[in-house]
Amino acid sequence: MALLELRNLHVALEDGTEIVKGVDLKVDVGETHAIMGPNGSGKSTLSYAIMGHPAYEVTEGEILFDGENVAQMGADERAQRGLFLAFQYPHAIPGVTVTSFLRSALNAIRKAKNGGEDDPVAIPEFRKELLSQMDRLKVSRELASRYLNDGFSGGEKKRVEILQMAMLKPRIAVLDETDSGLDIDALQIVAKGVKELVGPDMGALIITHYQRILNYVQPDFVHVFVDGKIVEEGGPELAHKLEAEGYEAFTPVAVGGES
Amino acid sequence: MAVTPEVEVVQGIRSDYKYGFSNPDEAEDYFFKSGRGLNHEIVEAISAHKNEPEWMRKFRHKSLDYFLARPLPTWGGNVAEIDFENIFYYISPTEKQADKWEDLPAEILDTWNKLGIPEAEKKYLAGVGAQYESEVVYHKLQADLEAKGVIFLDMDSALREHEDIVKQYFGTIIPQNDNKFAALNSAVWSGGSFIYVPPGVRIEMPLQAYFRINAENMGQFERTLLLVDEDAYVHYVEGCTAPIYSSDSLHSAVVEIIVKPRGRCRYTTIQNWSNNVYNLVTKRAVAYEDATMEWVDGNLGSKLTMKYPAIWLMGERAHGEVLSIAFAGDGQHQDAGGKCVHVAPNTSSVITSKSISKNGGRAGYRGLLQVSKGAHGSKSKVVCDALILDEESRSDTYPYIQIDESNVDIGHEATVSKIGEEQLFYLMSRGLSESEASALIVSGFVEPITKELPLEYAVEMNRLIQLQMEGSVG
Repeated sequence: MALLELRNLHVALEDGTEIVKGVDLKVDVGETHAIMGPNGSGKSTLSYAIMGHPAYEVTEGEILFDGENVAQMGADERAQRGLFLAFQYPHAIPGVTVTSFLRSALNAIRKAKNGGEDDPVAIPEFRKELLSQMDRLKVSRELASRYLNDGFSGGEKKRVEILQMAMLKPRIAVLDETDSGLDIDALQIVAKGVKELVGPDMGALIITHYQRILNYVQPDFVHVFVDGKIVEEGGPELAHKLEAEGYEAFTPVAVGGES
Repeated sequence: MAVTPEVEVVQGIRSDYKYGFSNPDEAEDYFFKSGRGLNHEIVEAISAHKNEPEWMRKFRHKSLDYFLARPLPTWGGNVAEIDFENIFYYISPTEKQADKWEDLPAEILDTWNKLGIPEAEKKYLAGVGAQYESEVVYHKLQADLEAKGVIFLDMDSALREHEDIVKQYFGTIIPQNDNKFAALNSAVWSGGSFIYVPPGVRIEMPLQAYFRINAENMGQFERTLLLVDEDAYVHYVEGCTAPIYSSDSLHSAVVEIIVKPRGRCRYTTIQNWSNNVYNLVTKRAVAYEDATMEWVDGNLGSKLTMKYPAIWLMGERAHGEVLSIAFAGDGQHQDAGGKCVHVAPNTSSVITSKSISKNGGRAGYRGLLQVSKGAHGSKSKVVCDALILDEESRSDTYPYIQIDESNVDIGHEATVSKIGEEQLFYLMSRGLSESEASALIVSGFVEPITKELPLEYAVEMNRLIQLQMEGSVG
């Protein structure tokens, strides 16, 4: 059984509009998956639903993480089990430095792993790890003492998302349009960060519109996502086909209403 | 064995108020206790018990007349419910003051130990005063500061030992008839701190006072006077707690500060009274030429707080800052803020207010910015931000501005915000629970002020915010 399994997953907005219409997907550690789809296909909704955004309701199906259905859990409990979402538009938290935020998050996860008892990370150990990850991901050290995402450029935000991933060490990371708004240098750094983390401890699900990032992170599996469903699956060659031919070939002839 | 619980708790968000213990064993064991209620006999008894000079005795009686004559304020919070006849205006817990913690009566020492004050003194304080009910029970100043001529005494001792200075300044910054509660304090004051910092002396570590109300229906009326001489510097920090009783207590302090040319004074308050304390305090400073006065005022506790620390900028280029945090939870009303009055030219001031309300609490900013005719070239900036955590809670802003001079630079900004679902989701997706995520957002919101606190107080403030946030969300 794969670490993350979506079984017949249906997701609706609060007003009942169905966005994700029955998705089956398995992602395991050591694997890199790409979900590619046009704008408005419901890709971001899928990533939010996997992470547990309260505005998206799982109306049918299951999200199994390590065999446990997490579909009704809060985002915090999912994160504590090892799920991570790199946001397309990370939110600013004024007054909270990147360092103190990361320490709080790390301690929250450690606490959950320690059966609800506080188990704070030793500060020197934390600092050492943070600085080494920042250097590796070419995140300017000055960012550590700035307020999280407050006044960050698009590229800085994305790098700090990857920094969070590197620090929190999730088992499955979902990256929602992490490549959007990045120049080539930043894209390479982000891709390198993902590549290095995928392995025996982590699998990745990259959600993207373009295949650009896939030039730097070779996916093992590509899933084409159109109108709330996976319509085609294959290996890395599928991404190239998409790049050459566009999504038209996969768009249903009649984009159905609710049937 | 006594079975009285050490901590009496009440329902609500502050059910985990950690200073809620009382010392029931000594409640009837006071050295001197005035009867309930307020009249000239009580004032006479207090003055006689303290063996005060005639001018102070008269000052008290006259102040009482003012207090009785003045109506209750009809603005701010609801003070009409205060039962002035049911309050003890003076309780002396011990016969004499100690300068070693070990010399305190066991019950009082136990209280300070629970609050962690003796450890704090060892670590990072230049001096400590600790007031229990009406009297300062402990006082200590580092020897090197004493040698430099620094005076740090409780106000009663200062009146005995330095009567000339006290008489010269007492009641000059806040006249006894300034407002009803200043008049009350002037009539029944007891304890508080007197500090004198001689010219050029800079006290790098903070001086601290700790105020504790332990008896039910107690009124605490400390009186503080700080004189910071030319080129001198002092940071004074005060903290306040009380046990939780079923009926209300009253805290009404008066704090007067004089900062001479080029001097600098910072006065930090972390007020964490229990939710049945009326906290009605008058604080005012005057700053002369090139002097700096800073109020850092954190209000987390009390039932009702009405407090607007004021700075009168009397000398050219004087600078004033007020940093105010107000956190109102269930059943709390924080009417906080600040006042800056520009009297001299080229003076500057900044008022920063951050208020948070939740669980039906009401927090607000009430402030005055005044520039007198002739105070040309003055600059001022007022920023008040409010964070409202739920639909039942309320925030008010009353920014009074009066400018009688045309050549000035005045800015005022106000924002009201709520914690967004997206911000919460973002933080929770990193493993933080909803209350941890909210607490982190709130601590970020008040960060411009907590970063001005000494580290230990910043940590304490964030911990208090966390306590306020816990178990209240979702």
